[in-house]
Amino acid sequence: MRYAMVIDTLKCVGCSDCVVACQTENNVPVGYCRDWITEVVDGSYPNVELELKSERCNHCENAPCVRCCPTGASHIIDGGIVLVTPEECIGCGACIESCPYDARFQHPEGYVDKCTFCHHRVEKGQSPACVSVCPTNCMYFGDLDDPNSEVSNLLRNRKFKTLAPEAGTKPHVYYLI
Amino acid sequence: MQEELFISGRDIPNIDPYLQIWHWPISVYLFLGGLAAGIIFFSSVITVLGKEKEYVGAVKYATLVPPVALSLGLLALVYDLTHPLYTYQLYTTIRLESPMSWGAWVLLITTPLTFMWVLTYYSEFVKNSSKRIGFLVKIEEFLVPYRKQMAYALIPLSIILGVYTGILLSAFNARPLWNNAILGPLFLTSGLSTGAATIILLAKSSAERHLFTRIDLALIVLELGLIVHMIMGMHAGSQVQLEAMQLLVGGEFTLMFFGFVIILGLLVPASIELMEILGKKVPAAVPAMLILLGGLIFRFVMVEAGQITRYLY
Amino acid sequence: MDKSRRSFIRISALGAGGVAMGTTGLGLYPVSFDDTGVKASSVPLTRTATYCEVCFWKCAAWAYTDDKGDVVKLIGNEIDPHCYGRLCPRGTGGVGMYSDNDRLKKPLIRTEIDGEQTFREATWEEALDLIAKKFTEISQAHGPESIALLKHGSPGKHLEHLFKAMGSDTIAEPAYAQCRGPRETGFAATFGSWVGSPEPTDIRDTRCLVLIGSHIGENMHNTQVQEMSDAIDQGATIITVDPRFSTAASKSKYWLPIKPATDIALLLSWMHVLIYEDLYDKEYIDKYALGFRQLKDHVRTFTPEWAYGITKIKPQDIRRTAREMANAAPAVIVHPGRHVTWYGDDTQRSRSIAILNALLGSWGRRGGFYFKESIKVPKYPHPEYPEHKWGWKELGKAYPLAQMGITTEVIKASIPNGDNPYPVKAWMVAGTNITKSIPNKKLLEEAIESLDFMVVMDTMPMDVTGYADVVLPEATYLERADGIRSATNREPSVAVRLPAAKPRFDSKPGWWVAKQIGERLGLSDYFDYEDYEDVIKWQLEQMGTSLTELERTGVKMYPRKSGSMYLEKDEAYEFSTSSGKIELYSQELKELGFDPMPVYQRHPEPPAGYYRLNYGRAPMHTFSRTANNPNLNDLKDENRLWVNPKVARILDLRNGQEVWLKNQDGVISDFSIKVRVTERIRWDSVYMVHGFGHTNKKLTRAVGKGINDTQMISSVAVDPIMGGTGMRGNFVSILSENPHKTVEI
Repeated sequence: MRYAMVIDTLKCVGCSDCVVACQTENNVPVGYCRDWITEVVDGSYPNVELELKSERCNHCENAPCVRCCPTGASHIIDGGIVLVTPEECIGCGACIESCPYDARFQHPEGYVDKCTFCHHRVEKGQSPACVSVCPTNCMYFGDLDDPNSEVSNLLRNRKFKTLAPEAGTKPHVYYLI
Repeated sequence: MQEELFISGRDIPNIDPYLQIWHWPISVYLFLGGLAAGIIFFSSVITVLGKEKEYVGAVKYATLVPPVALSLGLLALVYDLTHPLYTYQLYTTIRLESPMSWGAWVLLITTPLTFMWVLTYYSEFVKNSSKRIGFLVKIEEFLVPYRKQMAYALIPLSIILGVYTGILLSAFNARPLWNNAILGPLFLTSGLSTGAATIILLAKSSAERHLFTRIDLALIVLELGLIVHMIMGMHAGSQVQLEAMQLLVGGEFTLMFFGFVIILGLLVPASIELMEILGKKVPAAVPAMLILLGGLIFRFVMVEAGQITRYLY
Repeated sequence: MDKSRRSFIRISALGAGGVAMGTTGLGLYPVSFDDTGVKASSVPLTRTATYCEVCFWKCAAWAYTDDKGDVVKLIGNEIDPHCYGRLCPRGTGGVGMYSDNDRLKKPLIRTEIDGEQTFREATWEEALDLIAKKFTEISQAHGPESIALLKHGSPGKHLEHLFKAMGSDTIAEPAYAQCRGPRETGFAATFGSWVGSPEPTDIRDTRCLVLIGSHIGENMHNTQVQEMSDAIDQGATIITVDPRFSTAASKSKYWLPIKPATDIALLLSWMHVLIYEDLYDKEYIDKYALGFRQLKDHVRTFTPEWAYGITKIKPQDIRRTAREMANAAPAVIVHPGRHVTWYGDDTQRSRSIAILNALLGSWGRRGGFYFKESIKVPKYPHPEYPEHKWGWKELGKAYPLAQMGITTEVIKASIPNGDNPYPVKAWMVAGTNITKSIPNKKLLEEAIESLDFMVVMDTMPMDVTGYADVVLPEATYLERADGIRSATNREPSVAVRLPAAKPRFDSKPGWWVAKQIGERLGLSDYFDYEDYEDVIKWQLEQMGTSLTELERTGVKMYPRKSGSMYLEKDEAYEFSTSSGKIELYSQELKELGFDPMPVYQRHPEPPAGYYRLNYGRAPMHTFSRTANNPNLNDLKDENRLWVNPKVARILDLRNGQEVWLKNQDGVISDFSIKVRVTERIRWDSVYMVHGFGHTNKKLTRAVGKGINDTQMISSVAVDPIMGGTGMRGNFVSILSENPHKTVEI
């Protein structure tokens, strides 16, 4: 079981619905966000290109944040989802420093927080809040180990990329380009 | 032109526009940890070699610093934590992949050992026997015969203590300024150098002072070599590493780095020490203080500048 | 009058008010083992059926409330054809409208304290009594028609009923003449049918979508964005005509970076290519259209080469895109857009778009435009409305084809003028922040100055409340019941709105306000119910269902009764025009003295040193309505001025620099705006998102952030056909130094 998220940058319009939905689903305090939208503009008028995509913790297979955590609060559960146990986190900040995607942050209550792939929803067979709300239907979530899942099909048939592959983290969020 | 921006208003405290997770307590701890490691290393080696009578300053007086330094350092670390009530979780597990975990355990073992080391000289410090506290004398009497064993144990512990912070930083491939293999040895060398400088300050004989001046000079040269190596490595590295290096060389941190760390912290003390070796009379305290200052500023620069460098955007 | 009769109350004398909604300190006691998401999901939630009011799309949703009765989450209704279970960011962020502590809390009445005009808190009794008293006075002196209603959305519907019961039909909404009015008239003149809302564009089956300035993706018209995404998946071609590289342009096969204000030339040359290269739908035109020969004659000289000189779009691109459209026909949509009040000839531009669609044969065809249908919701029994002597029709009689009230005409009629036969003396403003939607601030303020009485009903202390005599705090859509939603779509559907939470502070639902005022005016017969839910219950029973069912499902679909969604083959379809056919040549327009077929006319261009001010939407905001919403403000708290790098170089502007704007009439912006240097904007224009630059200090998150583009719109080009106010003919110069000696907020 290897959960992965696939995001189609050709359809993403950068509306930030995924950001708000995650906040209302997971009680993220206003001023913090577990996911965000980036815009990259290239070229010069009128030969311009634009890429919009939603980013979050990539739930890496080779997660530097899990490696460097001194208490084991940062751990990987079945399915490859990287989680933080608030009661074991001392707030040392090492994992935040170690993330090449700057996906983690210090929650005002003291522990470290980040995207959890809404594992509490995934366990019930639902998809993460961001995936289920996206109005362009550009986000997909599923099991990479299942060759017939939507995500596997997409990665088989479309060009894709991951963020900062040279960091060697083996991320589980893929962007269709 | 190219634009890269967040358009969902992301502005997380301490994360954007650049990381500000580790503040001065971390830099102070790095300095104090390196300093303690240096002093412990030298005093233990001298003890193992059986030369404790010749270099009393190193073995007896300088070793008063590590317990204080390590305790203050630990306090600084806990102060920097944002979830401090759970600090005990550090000691419910050993995570071999996490340099911070090694550090936590090494500190747990080393700090009491340094206190015990000082205690083995308790009677020599408190000359007036009527003022000595009974149970401390008992502990001292129990520990004194094990001094050499403690020294044997403290040598690897001090090396780990000196090098693990560098390894911790270099393991963050997400922070280009830190992500090079030189940082571990560099921190160790710097720690040893600051340790030697403290011993010079607290030396009880000119022979001791001279020896450690020579040792310190050698360490400074080594340190300079490692720094050059580090900068050249970043210069020849990926784009993000190049940009990281440019922070130190020709960027916001150039003055701090070159002015305080390289020149005042390494080159000037090295030349003064050289002059002393060549026979000129120089105040020994000056280079030692400069080295200590340089070591502290170096840690500050690395922690601050390192958090500014990031992989994406 | 030496002292301003109705000074804009900038600083309220009222106390701070509003308690912080829970503080999170450093957790000193062990928190639970689970992360916040798990914790949140373990709280049992109750769900209530509602439909969203953050914008006009009215997506049906489920409002989830926790054990404390607070709204915590909004999720779209799966079966609703407006959203298919997915709310847009504004809808999802609707919880912020509920939780915002800057909301209006108590009724406010204008008073004078120490020579300074300010508001004092009042009870509902007091406020409603005062309104009833003033309405009665003004009614007796000038007739009920002199009380005007400026409205938008659900609260507007309740008040419309009240006003009609009072005998006033002086009702207008900015969404008509300031927004979509011209296209309704343009399409009505061609196909005999308004485009309507939501637009009947069959995007999910289209093979070619042509956007003229429309920025789907930045405008979050929910199903349009969803369907555009489906179209992209199916490989549909998107052609975007826009001087700015919009999000839609970035997903287009062809982006035509047109010179601003020249769209009609492009549309005419497309017509030329389609006709003279024989690419138009011959069968469709023969069967359904009138005036083809005149049109062919008319566009003979409008070649792509001619258009190139005007629009700066290469002739081969014009031909290529025309052929692409023809290739996809009839599954092609030349989108009518929504906010089309640009340059004053907007009805004609909409006519051009309608004619193009006719040539391509897309109206009434799959992948083009479907025939929309809605189900009529029976009116709750009430006595007939009294006759009114005059109303919005008379006010707008200078614009023969205006089919709804023109807000600017109502405003003009409020300024005392000797020979004004239709004097407006009082306003009630509900659900619209007219200070942001009405251009020409001078006119607006002069009108407000002259009014005898002005009531504003809103949920937030928007800038417009600063002008009112009475401010009424309305409960948000999550705290009230409202009329059954029945909008036009592929299939008719209804959705209910039931209160999910108790009104916070002392706010009250719009229906209750209308009823209370009505009862005080002796109109209780028109409000023969205790709770509006009784009305909904009755109506649903009349429609073959029940309140219980809708409480459970939220939405109910109904089968079509008006026939097929598309034109049947060999069907003799009669369009609702006077001739029964699609009028490529409009006799109606000719008789009224307008061009029967669209003509390109040159519009003013920015003088040297000035840049055309373009404005638009951001997907996470509904203009000023959401600017202060905590969740949405977190995503975007201010607008930025998009400036081309060439311009930035000339004016020495850096990214993020604060600048002020001065327009061609010397109007200077109140606040500053940060520059965004970007390649996405043409060098002769600047762009900003509409709805920022608030002046009311009570909007703690939005005050002073960004510039209010409406403030910079002082030159209005009025459409002679239906009175639409064209706003894109304003030019600004960029000031790097603060032009205000003392910055006033």
